[in-house]
Amino acid sequence: MSARDAILSRIRTSLGATAGDAGRRAIVISRLDNAPRGVIPARGQLPTEERIALFSAMAEKVSASVSRVATDDALPEAVATFLRDTNLPAAIRMGNDPRLRGLPWYRVPQLAIAFGPSDGSDMVTLSHAVAGVAETGTLVLTSGPDNPSTLNFLPDTHIVAVRAAEIAGDYESAWGVIRARYGKGEMPRTVNLITGPSRSADIEQTLLLGAHGPRRVHIVIVG
Amino acid sequence: MEITSPQFKQNSRRAMQDPNLQKAMGYVRTGFIERRRIAVEGLPEFDRLRDSARDIKNHTLAHLDLYLEAYETKVRGAGGEVHYAETAADARDLILGICQRTGARTVTKGKSMVSEEIELNDHLEANGIQPIETDLGEYIIQLRGEPPSHLIAPAVHLTKEQVEADFRRVHTHLPADRDLSEPTTLLAEARAILRERFLASDVGITGANFLIAETGTSVIVTNEGNGDLSQLLPKVHIVLATIEKITPTLEDVSQILRVLARSGTGQDLSVYTTFSTGPRRPGDPDGPEEYHVVILDNGRSSMLGSDFQDMLRCIRCGACMNHCPVYQEVGGHSYGSVYAGPMGAVLTPSLAGIDKAGHLPNASTFCGRCESVCPMHIPLPKMMRHWREREFERHLSPKTVRWGLGVWAFVARHPRLYRLATKLAIGTLYKFGKLKGRFRRVPFAGGWTRHRDLPAPQGKTFHELLAERKRAA
Amino acid sequence: MTNDKEEKPRVGLFVTCLVDLFRPSVGFASIKLLEEAGCTVDIPDLQTCCGQPAYNSGDRRDTRALARKAIAAFEGFDYVVAPSGSCAGMLKLHYPELFADDPAWAERAKKFSAKVFELVSFLSDIRGVTSVPASFAGTVTYHDSCSGLRELGIREQPRTLLRSVDKLTLTELKDADLCCGFGGTFCVKYPDISNAIVERKTTEIVATGAGTLLAGDLGCLMNMAGKLKRQKSMVKSRHVAEVLAGMTDSPAIGEVG
Repeated sequence: MSARDAILSRIRTSLGATAGDAGRRAIVISRLDNAPRGVIPARGQLPTEERIALFSAMAEKVSASVSRVATDDALPEAVATFLRDTNLPAAIRMGNDPRLRGLPWYRVPQLAIAFGPSDGSDMVTLSHAVAGVAETGTLVLTSGPDNPSTLNFLPDTHIVAVRAAEIAGDYESAWGVIRARYGKGEMPRTVNLITGPSRSADIEQTLLLGAHGPRRVHIVIVG
Repeated sequence: MEITSPQFKQNSRRAMQDPNLQKAMGYVRTGFIERRRIAVEGLPEFDRLRDSARDIKNHTLAHLDLYLEAYETKVRGAGGEVHYAETAADARDLILGICQRTGARTVTKGKSMVSEEIELNDHLEANGIQPIETDLGEYIIQLRGEPPSHLIAPAVHLTKEQVEADFRRVHTHLPADRDLSEPTTLLAEARAILRERFLASDVGITGANFLIAETGTSVIVTNEGNGDLSQLLPKVHIVLATIEKITPTLEDVSQILRVLARSGTGQDLSVYTTFSTGPRRPGDPDGPEEYHVVILDNGRSSMLGSDFQDMLRCIRCGACMNHCPVYQEVGGHSYGSVYAGPMGAVLTPSLAGIDKAGHLPNASTFCGRCESVCPMHIPLPKMMRHWREREFERHLSPKTVRWGLGVWAFVARHPRLYRLATKLAIGTLYKFGKLKGRFRRVPFAGGWTRHRDLPAPQGKTFHELLAERKRAA
Repeated sequence: MTNDKEEKPRVGLFVTCLVDLFRPSVGFASIKLLEEAGCTVDIPDLQTCCGQPAYNSGDRRDTRALARKAIAAFEGFDYVVAPSGSCAGMLKLHYPELFADDPAWAERAKKFSAKVFELVSFLSDIRGVTSVPASFAGTVTYHDSCSGLRELGIREQPRTLLRSVDKLTLTELKDADLCCGFGGTFCVKYPDISNAIVERKTTEIVATGAGTLLAGDLGCLMNMAGKLKRQKSMVKSRHVAEVLAGMTDSPAIGEVG
């Protein structure tokens, strides 16, 4: 018997179940198909502007910084301003994400832009989140040809754009967005829920930012 | 599993005399507990979420075979491979095999308690492959050749001075006069050294907080980002997880996530919650080329349907140990196994046998604080009692205890005999103790009087006095 | 609360081993409090021990034997009250568990358990007592015994009643919900760990500046009092029932009169 079959058979024996029990199987299929929601905290269930305010407050609580621009076109200048205000070099790396690539970067000619995955030498990267989650100030990022995951973890500073309209109240709504895009039961290779900059408290419970991932996360809300 | 649980008493005595450990445990006593309290009070739905999380796990465990099959199908569909291991040795060999086939020389590791459970690092090293722990706490204890002392804070037993000494001992290529006096400088040094290791690593090994049946996804929950770099940068990603990590859907995972970090570190959510499904896709600019999941049983399937099934709900948050008065005094290493504190006192006997781990479920005051903070409502004291019952049934408990208990229970079953025996005993005790009101030493009660006085009885027993009053009336 | 004789509930007082042997004054204080609360109190002669030491040592057979005796001795009362959260917790929560797979006793155990209460919470929650006609000149602090607090949810009741005691000042103990390290047989099986825990507790007790430590369980009290005495502390220890009943003439635990 293979290890697989031995384990499954031991589980069935312990549970007093049989492999062919159609009733049990139907229960499992139904749960996987319907993915019932459980308890959703009331905290995030707010009108749009209040939800965005909660998202910002929660993100700031975990040491992210937040700014807001009215339109996509204002993003390049917001990025350049942030870099200047925080004394960072005017250079960023980003993926080929059309939501970013097509923006009027010519308006900030001093900004050097590189594209593609990071090799660890970039100080600052820029990504676009697919959603935000207000209840914990969390960003939802997905991987794909135009969105290298390395941009999320290797830089010192990670700038993330998120559309105001895509800031949801709860995680479940974000899963709704992913399902709508990839299909039920399907996922992009990587989904990163990111809540503030990297940290560690492993030495004497002293909280320090920037353990292995970015020391700084700056969120630009668009819209 | 090589364990020193039989030496629990000696281990704990040493721990209580170790000033570094006692200083470090002070941080557990204050930090974790207060932060959890604030996080829990900040979420009015917390208790309902606990119930929900418990129900999800109970449902999953009752259908575990089917959810495992569903999970496996989805992983394969996403281009990943699923391997099953019945024992720790099987898991070690499977992982070594993948590493060898890849021609790996170094592997970077995210924090994984299961990897500690199966002692993976020793096995890889013995076969010429260098495992590098990348969680800061795990990195520190790896330098020291120690097991973790806490589920989520593996180096919680150390002071920063001890960490500094280890870094100076091992990082000899760096200037000897560098400043390492603060946690920030220690962290910066570890970050720089480990960054090079990540970029040069051939295989990344992580654990998993959840395996999602709906999507074939493995989930890791971290704060540092080391787990992500471990699974993102090398060519091959191996996930090592035990069977009970299966969770049906994204919605179910979301329920449990809401109680996990709040219970452990007191965060609303950990910094990185990462969902990985299969290897790099066509056109992807980064990510591993191979994605393997090693699903380990190691005794868990036998816990299903037993008195210990509820333990399989554990999500390894560490709240039980943070709140345990015994753990707070003796630290994690005293338990002599990978899993410490109340959850270890239940799990270790399942994995290593009650004959070896008998002390663990006994070294509890049954104060119930662990159960009261457990996000999964695991009845830890009840299960420790079940282990004591197994011990008693197998005549493993000390003879003197069994004998004393037997005599006492016999007397207590016979009220008249009980009245007579207690009257005589208490009368005698009173005679010797009435002058001072207490004893500094009592024969056969050294365990009590070594550290505290024994208050003397007031004189006659309640039942004697009551009988006298009745006669008088 | 009612004083109507017809409606006087009959309470069986479960005295507990430690009260019987070491501190009968707690038993008499309990009787007084229950009678003041309009109950008829009876003390069945056949009672001995609830079986908790055997239960927590893994000896289910002896525990069941003792439990059957206790149920038989007390099931005829309207209520069963014990001046101990730990013994009451055993009778109320663990007895039904003990007989869950015993068809002959399961129902009987459940019915019995429904009548069981810890003394102070019984006075508060069932008899509606909000104040007691007692007086105690001094500052006290209160330790929440684990079983009472976490198994039975006793927290506010003793504090409410203590605040009604004339001349008494209640000062809160830091980490009052943390175990004192007694743990029944734990304290003799692992004396060094138990000692470390109780030392932490007595440090906090002394830090309150209170002259008297109160609690609802004699086991915890003997542990803490024993440690306080060994440390030559002047803090006195008493069962909360003694203060609520105004029966504090007898010397405090571990003291001479």
